[in-house]
Amino acid sequence: MSDTAARLQRSPFGDWRQYIIYLGFLGVFVLFAVTLGHKGFLDTNNLLNIVRQTAMIAIMAVAMTYVLAAGEIDLSIGAVAGLASVAAAMGMDFGGLPFGVLCGLATGLLVGTINGLLTTRLGIPSFLTTLAMMGVAKGTAMWVSGTKAIPILSSAYAYMFGGGNVGPVPLLLFWMLAIGAIGHIVLRKTTFGRWVLATGGSETAARYSGLKTGNIKFQVLIISSMAAAFAGMLYAGRFQTGRFQLGEGDELSVIAAAVLGGTSLFGGKGTVIGSIIGALMIGLINNGLILAGLEFSQQLIARGGIIILAVAISQNRRT
Amino acid sequence: MDGAGLQLAVRMTGVSKSFGGVQALGDVSLAVRAGEIHALLGGNGAGKSTILKILRGVHAPTSGSIEVLGKTLDAHTTDESKRAGIAMIFQEMSLVPTLTVAQNIFLNQEIKGPFGFIDDREAVRRARELFKSLDVDVDPHALAGDLGAGQRQLTEIVKAISQNARVLVLDEPSTALSAHDVDRLFAFLRRLKDDGVAIIYVSHRMDEIMRIADRATILRDGRHIITAPLSELTLTSIIQHIVGRDSKGLTGITRTNTRQEQVLLELTNVSGAAKPRNLSLQLHAGEVLGIAGLLGSGRSAIARLLFGIDKVVSGEVRVAGALVALNSPKDAIALGIALIPEDRLRQGVIIEHSVSDNLALSVFERISSGGWISARKQSDLAGDKIGGLKIKTASPSAAVRTLSGGNQQKVVLGKWLASDPRIIVLDEPTAGIDIGSKSEIIQLIRTLAEQGKGIIVISSELNELLAACDRILVMSDGRLAKEIPREALFPGVAAASDESMQQAEHMLQEAIQEVRIHV
Repeated sequence: MSDTAARLQRSPFGDWRQYIIYLGFLGVFVLFAVTLGHKGFLDTNNLLNIVRQTAMIAIMAVAMTYVLAAGEIDLSIGAVAGLASVAAAMGMDFGGLPFGVLCGLATGLLVGTINGLLTTRLGIPSFLTTLAMMGVAKGTAMWVSGTKAIPILSSAYAYMFGGGNVGPVPLLLFWMLAIGAIGHIVLRKTTFGRWVLATGGSETAARYSGLKTGNIKFQVLIISSMAAAFAGMLYAGRFQTGRFQLGEGDELSVIAAAVLGGTSLFGGKGTVIGSIIGALMIGLINNGLILAGLEFSQQLIARGGIIILAVAISQNRRT
Repeated sequence: MDGAGLQLAVRMTGVSKSFGGVQALGDVSLAVRAGEIHALLGGNGAGKSTILKILRGVHAPTSGSIEVLGKTLDAHTTDESKRAGIAMIFQEMSLVPTLTVAQNIFLNQEIKGPFGFIDDREAVRRARELFKSLDVDVDPHALAGDLGAGQRQLTEIVKAISQNARVLVLDEPSTALSAHDVDRLFAFLRRLKDDGVAIIYVSHRMDEIMRIADRATILRDGRHIITAPLSELTLTSIIQHIVGRDSKGLTGITRTNTRQEQVLLELTNVSGAAKPRNLSLQLHAGEVLGIAGLLGSGRSAIARLLFGIDKVVSGEVRVAGALVALNSPKDAIALGIALIPEDRLRQGVIIEHSVSDNLALSVFERISSGGWISARKQSDLAGDKIGGLKIKTASPSAAVRTLSGGNQQKVVLGKWLASDPRIIVLDEPTAGIDIGSKSEIIQLIRTLAEQGKGIIVISSELNELLAACDRILVMSDGRLAKEIPREALFPGVAAASDESMQQAEHMLQEAIQEVRIHV
C-alpha cells in the first residue's frame, strides 16, 4: 500500500485514471467524426442537438456527484423530473407562469425533504428510500395528470426553460454551464463541498471531526431532488408539455455519467466537470449510434457495453 | 496544591460508573498535570477505557466530578469535553482517507479566503508550518489514505493540536508503529509536553511507559490502585499492581498431560513479509501451545500465516512430517488446519444466519449430494454440535446475532470442528466473553487436546494462556523471544491454585515485558 503510494507520488501524471474520461470523450468524438462525418455528425446543428438532449442529464449528474460523493444514492430523480414537469404544467394552467415555476421547484423540495428525512432520521438506506420514492413520484404524477400530457401554452416559459435559443445556441447550454459552474465551485471551494467529500470519504472520521453528517446527507438529497425537478421543468419547456414519462429511466444515465466522470460510487471522490463530460459522452454515444443506423435494441446493447468498458477502465483499483 | 506547582489539567474525583447494575468504575480519581505525560495502566477490564470515555463525554459518570483546566464539566457531552480542550487520538479514526493531509487537519475549521471560499493553498502553508514547528515530516499534499501508520498517527495529533487541544489522550498509540516511528512520536510528545500540553498515555508496553511517562495511575477491576511518579515504580511493582491477586476463576480447569510423540506441525526458520521473522516451532499432537506477546509482536501474523492468508516468504512448514505450501485458506483447510479468528463477528460467523447454517458453513459439501443440502444431515450436525459444545441458543434456526458472545464463539468453534481439523489455531478465543463461558471454552480446548488435536492459542489474557497451555512461546517484534514450559511457571505445583496462578501470571507478564526491553 505505501509502495503504491510512493509510486504514485513519483509518477509525473499522478493517477492517470482520473483523466480517462477526457481521453475517452476525445477518442469517441474523433472516432465518430471520422466514421460518421459524412452522415452529418460534425454539423453544428447535430452537435447542438446533442447538447439539447443531454443538458438535463448533465444537470442531474451535477447533483448526483454530490449524492455519490457523500456516500449516498438517489434513484428517484427520473420519476421526480416527470412529476415536476406535471406539477409545473398544471400550476401554470392554474395560476400563471410564476406559480407554475414555483410548483415545479416545490415538488423537488418536498420529495428531497422526504428522502432526506427517511434516510437520515429513520436510517433507511438511501438506495431503498429513493427506490420506493421512484414509484411514489411516478404514481403521483400519473394520478394527478390522469396519465395525460398537460400542454404548456406559455411561450415565455417554453423559451426560458428548454426550448429557447440565443442565435443558434440553445438556452439549455447556458443552464447546463451555469449549474455546472456553480456545482463545481461549491464542491471544490466551499466548506459545504468539502464536508460532503469528507462525509462520503469516511463518515466515522467526519463525525469525529465534529461534522453533522446527517444534515449533510439530508442537504445533498434535497439538492438532488431540486436538480431533478429543475430538469423536469426543462423537459416540460422543451416539449411544451408536462408528462409523467418525461425523465423516465434517467437515473441510470445520470449515475453512469457521474461514475464515468470519475465520481466514486463508494463516496469521498467526485468531480462535477467529470460528470458533465460523462453526460455529454453518453449523449455523444447515443447520437453516434443513431447516425450509424443502429436499431434501438442494438443501441441499448452498444451503449451498455461502452459504459461498462469505460467504467472498468476508470475505476480506481487501489481501493 | 500539588508539590511540583504545576497546574492540574484534569482532575477527576471519586468517579463511579455502572452499566446496568454492573460496576465498571468505583470511586476512581485521576489527576493529570499540565505539561506531564501521565500513563494510565491496567489489565483488560480494569476500567481504563471507561474512565477515558467519561473524560471524553461519551458516558456520563454515575457519580463523581470532572474538572478540566479549572472548569467543571457537567453536561457530559463530547462537545463539552472537546471545547474544554480534550482530544483523543483514535487509531486512524478521524482522518478521511480521500482528503489530503492539509484538508484533514483543517476539516471543519477550514481556512477561508476572499468570497468565503476555501483557501487550500493557505491550509497547506499552515499545515507545513505546524509540521515544521513540531519537527514532523509529513507532506501536506499527500492523501491521508496513502500515509503510513506512523505519519497518520502524527497527522492525527497535529490535527488535534491545531484545534487547541490542551489534554491529549493516546490509546496504544505505538501499536502500529515501527521503532523509528515510536522514537519520532516520543520526541514529538516531549515537545508538546514542554508547551504545557497534558498527555494521558495508555499502553501495555511497559518499556515505553518507562521511557516516556512522568507519572502513572494504575487501575484494576474498576478501582484506583496507585498514582505515583515513574521514579518510584519498578517494572515488578507495576506488574504487581496490574495483576493483583485475582485468578479470575480459571483455576478449576481439569488438565492432564495429553501430549503425544507425533509432531503435527513444524515450522523451520519461517518468515512472513514483515512478521514473523525466522520462527521455528513444533506442535505435538495432544498439545496446547500458547503464544504470548504484546500487540504488534507478531502473534496474529503467525495465525494468518498458518491459515494461508499471509504468505510464507522463507522457511519450511511441515504438517505431520510432510513439507507443505500454504498459499490460501483452502490449502490450510485441506491440510486440516482451522483458524478461529480474533474478530469473530467479521471473520468467524455470519451473524445474520442461523446457528445451524453457520455450523454447516464449512462442510456443506459433506452434508449435501448433487448440490442439494440434506436437511436431515444438517440438523443432525447442528444438534450434535449444539449439544457437544453446550451452545445456549433458543433453537438451531435462531440467528447467531441473538446469542451471547461466549456462545457465538462456540458456534465459530463448532463450525471448524465440523470439518474435523487436526490443527486448531485460536486467536484471542475469549475476547469479550464472560468469565463463565471463558472457562468452558478453555475446558473445551483441553478436551480437544485429549482427542489428539494440536492446538495453538494466541492470547493477550495471560491467565487464559496459563490455564490452557502446556507450553508458552513469548513473541517480540516478530521473533520468538522465549519459550516457557508450563512446569517453569508452576514449579512443584500439581494443580493450579489462586496463589500459584497469580505467581505464574506475574512471571509470564515479566517475561513478556523483559523480552521487549532486551530486544
